[in-house]
Amino acid sequence: MSDRLSRMFARCAAENRAALGIFITASDPDVDTSQAILDHLPGAGADMIEFGMPFSDPMADGPAIQASSQRALRAGGSLARTVGMVRRFRDRDGTTPVVLMGYYNPIYSYGVARFLDEAAVAGVDGLIVVDLPPEEDEELCLPATRAGLPFVRLAAPTTRDSRLPAVLRNASGFIYHVSITGITGTRAVPTDLVRDAVARLKAHTDLPVGVGFGIRTPEQAAAVARVADAAIVGSAVVTAIAESLDADGRAGERTVPAVLELVGSLAGGVRDARR
Amino acid sequence: MPATAATNTFRAGPDEDGHFGSFGGRYVAETLMPLILDVEAAWSQARSDPDFWSELRSYHVQYIGRPSPLYLASRLTEHFGGARLYFKRDELNHTGAHKINNVMGQALLARRMGKTRIIAETGAGQHGVATATACALFDMECEVFMGAEDVERQRPNVDRMRLLGAKVHPVTSGSATLKDAMNEALRYWVSTAETHFYIIGTVAGPHPYPQMVRDFQSVIGEETREQMLRAEGRLPDTLVACIGGGSNAMGLFYPFLDEPEITIYGVEAAGHGIDTDAHAASIAGGRPGVLHGNRTYLLQDDDGQITEAHSISAGLDYPGIGPEHSWLHETGRVQYVSATDTAALEAFALCSRLEGIIPALEPSHALAFLATIIGDLPKDHLVVMNMCGRGDKDLEAVLPRLDAMGLL
Repeated sequence: MSDRLSRMFARCAAENRAALGIFITASDPDVDTSQAILDHLPGAGADMIEFGMPFSDPMADGPAIQASSQRALRAGGSLARTVGMVRRFRDRDGTTPVVLMGYYNPIYSYGVARFLDEAAVAGVDGLIVVDLPPEEDEELCLPATRAGLPFVRLAAPTTRDSRLPAVLRNASGFIYHVSITGITGTRAVPTDLVRDAVARLKAHTDLPVGVGFGIRTPEQAAAVARVADAAIVGSAVVTAIAESLDADGRAGERTVPAVLELVGSLAGGVRDARR
Repeated sequence: MPATAATNTFRAGPDEDGHFGSFGGRYVAETLMPLILDVEAAWSQARSDPDFWSELRSYHVQYIGRPSPLYLASRLTEHFGGARLYFKRDELNHTGAHKINNVMGQALLARRMGKTRIIAETGAGQHGVATATACALFDMECEVFMGAEDVERQRPNVDRMRLLGAKVHPVTSGSATLKDAMNEALRYWVSTAETHFYIIGTVAGPHPYPQMVRDFQSVIGEETREQMLRAEGRLPDTLVACIGGGSNAMGLFYPFLDEPEITIYGVEAAGHGIDTDAHAASIAGGRPGVLHGNRTYLLQDDDGQITEAHSISAGLDYPGIGPEHSWLHETGRVQYVSATDTAALEAFALCSRLEGIIPALEPSHALAFLATIIGDLPKDHLVVMNMCGRGDKDLEAVLPRLDAMGLL
């Protein structure tokens, strides 16, 4: 479980490079296409997968991921299906960590204990739940940690130093630094500020630090990869899915390759960053 | 000032983390959390500062026009042939609804915090108009998020906001109503949190908003208590208010929660009917979940996806309810009932004809529910209904419907 995450970060560190995290929403644009993308992400260069749990009201997400979530829900996406897709992925990939990312209500509705059991058995490696700050750790963070599932904490530019200990206290897996004061995919990552932000977090924690919200291009990914342990890309990936769809919103033969080509170019940026 | 320490009270909540029983809390993204804590700290200080309240009270009197009358609706009383029906006339407030009570309080708080840029969401537009009004008065920049569908059905309020200098952002995502306006306002706040203050319009959102809005609206119930004692020499027997998020209802109910002999009804919007999938009754037709920063009763599907609410009233068209209401429901202190679109339209017409008061569609739901029970109550029974808004804004939407129903 968490072993896959720590082994992945150790592997990348040994290669003197950052990891590439790729976000897609489960069941976007449909279950089969989404499974095909998921299954092929590691081969295209993704070191870690943030697998989005679709939600009707994604309040921290910009238009691209909102639309992605809507497509997934229209295609019949659900939490049970998301976990099932990870289980299928694990049949063919035993090493690439998969972290489920989303909002709390579908998990709460499903039942926390049941969800944690099924996620662990399916081969999920961690959770990122955007609307659960440390003030609500009893809800899911602590039960997840007890069940052996790392709870990845978000740290934001608005998180002051005085608050960092509270944010980091029950964190595990890695720290996800939100690079912009804003929602996903709406501003470009301020690469000049990321170095200091990562250094600030590193001064408070031994956990790896990933950076996301605003990385779109291989160049931006490379800039982040020079200073962080992972560069995470989401909106650009789901935008590639959206742009590959036909007029009726259906996946075409270009959908999977378009995503994998983008991931390949991002992986190139990340792998060349420190050379 | 509300009591906070006594035991055996329904007035002690929330706890320091914002919980009313298992409801409430602070379910927001980390980017917002430090700002929510700033609001909480400022509110905590203001709440215990007599100068803050005396300034607010001077605006109540000079600007809002408080106290609002407690009016014996004698023709409706006669019409129903049962209990004596009083209206708490919050529709007579400046800007035409109860919303201004809360907005003036939050705007003063924003000013204390040095914030001069304001965000608000709005459904019927009443909260947006009230916020635009306070921003004009206090020279603050105002941006209002409003569902595109609501922009269409509440056009007069959109015009008022623009005239008052606010920028109205029509929201097209989701169902393009209040829920989506709140999503978009929260998203915008995430992007602007260092500079902007978000004036939430109802007793929902992350702590401290449900408590803060309740405290600002409690002036409704506090005045009602004094006015009823003066008018009848005793407290009312029954209280009724409509509920979308539930701020006018919390304001009326809160000062009476520890009077066990008083029966309290909150009226949700049943839309086409509770047994259809087109209503906005989160308690009758929902279950607990987490949305917009708090745990509360929500309309949602089996997978925990929030479903679209429906009500003819834009102000009630919300798939959730304030967390304190969820707690009052589970404790049994308040009874949550509902009224359909059609029943509300009939009440709208009835109140206009018999009392010369054109009610907003929102309190028309409260009156519609009352119509089903008041005739059976004894003649010395005292009912207070919160007339929380006036209906001018609704005419465009309502008149064709009334015409079709033969009620014009």
